[in-house]
Amino acid sequence: MSTAPALKDWPLWEVFVRSKQGLEHKHCGSLHAADAAQALHMARDVYTRRQEGVSIWVVPSVAITASNPDDKGELFDPAADKIYRHPTFYEIPEEVGHM
Amino acid sequence: MYTQAMDIPDESGKKLAVVPGAASEQEAAFEARIAADGRIEPQDWMPEAYRKTLVRQISQHAHSEIVGMLPEGNWISRAPSLKRKAILIAKVQDEGGHGLYLYSAAETLGTGRDEMLAGLHSGKAKYSSIFNYPTLNWADVGVIGWLVDGAAIMNQIPLCRCSYGPYARAMIRVCKEESFHQRQGYEALLVMMKGTDGQRAMVQDAVNRYWWKCLAMFGPPDADSPHSAQGMRWGIKRISNDELRQKFIDATVPQAKVLGVTLPDPDLKWNEERGHYDYGQIDWAEFWNTVEGNGPCNKERLATRVKAHNDGQWVRDAALAYARKQKERQVKEAA
Repeated sequence: MSTAPALKDWPLWEVFVRSKQGLEHKHCGSLHAADAAQALHMARDVYTRRQEGVSIWVVPSVAITASNPDDKGELFDPAADKIYRHPTFYEIPEEVGHM
Repeated sequence: MYTQAMDIPDESGKKLAVVPGAASEQEAAFEARIAADGRIEPQDWMPEAYRKTLVRQISQHAHSEIVGMLPEGNWISRAPSLKRKAILIAKVQDEGGHGLYLYSAAETLGTGRDEMLAGLHSGKAKYSSIFNYPTLNWADVGVIGWLVDGAAIMNQIPLCRCSYGPYARAMIRVCKEESFHQRQGYEALLVMMKGTDGQRAMVQDAVNRYWWKCLAMFGPPDADSPHSAQGMRWGIKRISNDELRQKFIDATVPQAKVLGVTLPDPDLKWNEERGHYDYGQIDWAEFWNTVEGNGPCNKERLATRVKAHNDGQWVRDAALAYARKQKERQVKEAA
């Protein structure tokens, strides 16, 4: 088979779809495309064949900065012992009703 | 999907060796997460054997989706009505989409799609053997939907709980769409069964040719399936080949009765004690022969696939050239 480099050169894009007006765009997958317009077009064909969306974002995968899994503890554990940040931490007399 | 991959070794799996012991801190964390039925994500540390197993299984699965477009694509131009043609185009398009979800999932493990496709095109990587059989008449299209996709669904549902996050998420999308595939096939057969004697005979003939091949889709018996146990431990495989096969048979027998066809197995009968249907011997020699590349359509399928890829080269080149030109124009305008 030919080993032309085209596919390799098509950058990777992350696809985000808004399922319905009023909801957020949600990550649904990725694809290769030559440019943004083609990425949008292909995202429409691949991820919205059954009215799954009303709007699509495509973002070059290289543009995403992700947190390092090794930093998970450092980043997220401090929140674990701050239960006073949750409403259920506080006891309110029942007669007050819903608050 | 059509994966049989846990059990079918190919070139990419040859160097795969599980090193016992060597329990680093990372490995212990990985094992603990697997034991707690947690999910592994692309950036997480994982054993090399886990990564290789997944790349092999997901890419074989993806290859199966796109090769699976060929036997049915064969009938698009000859579908008996505009309605059936539209349905079949939608189904074949779905298979292409499933291939893409899966290639994307496999790419998160660090193997490029071009590399995976090269493996398929050179014959190094496997795809589901079911597609190495011909689609001889229109009823075959219905039977593929009903039985082949039915077997695939049975196989795929447990994969939605696979320990590797991107694979599990892709499978959830695939399963949602696969249900349409099975139902459209069964309904197309129902229509034929209400037709002429000749049409009913076509349905029975297609069922006769495909039944045993579908049972083989679940892979070799558990006793001959050395990879399965490791796959189970890693939470990649959730239910054994034999168990899935039995579930498929139990679900299909009543469907065959409603349809009015006979399943071509004289040993197929209800076993009160087991609470399952008993069934006859699968021809594993025939299955392995097809896996090895000697089925009736192996060469034709691969050649068609390679030709489609090569014929599409100019489109990929043109898209890239256009993107470069647009970018240059933007730079010039900004200057």
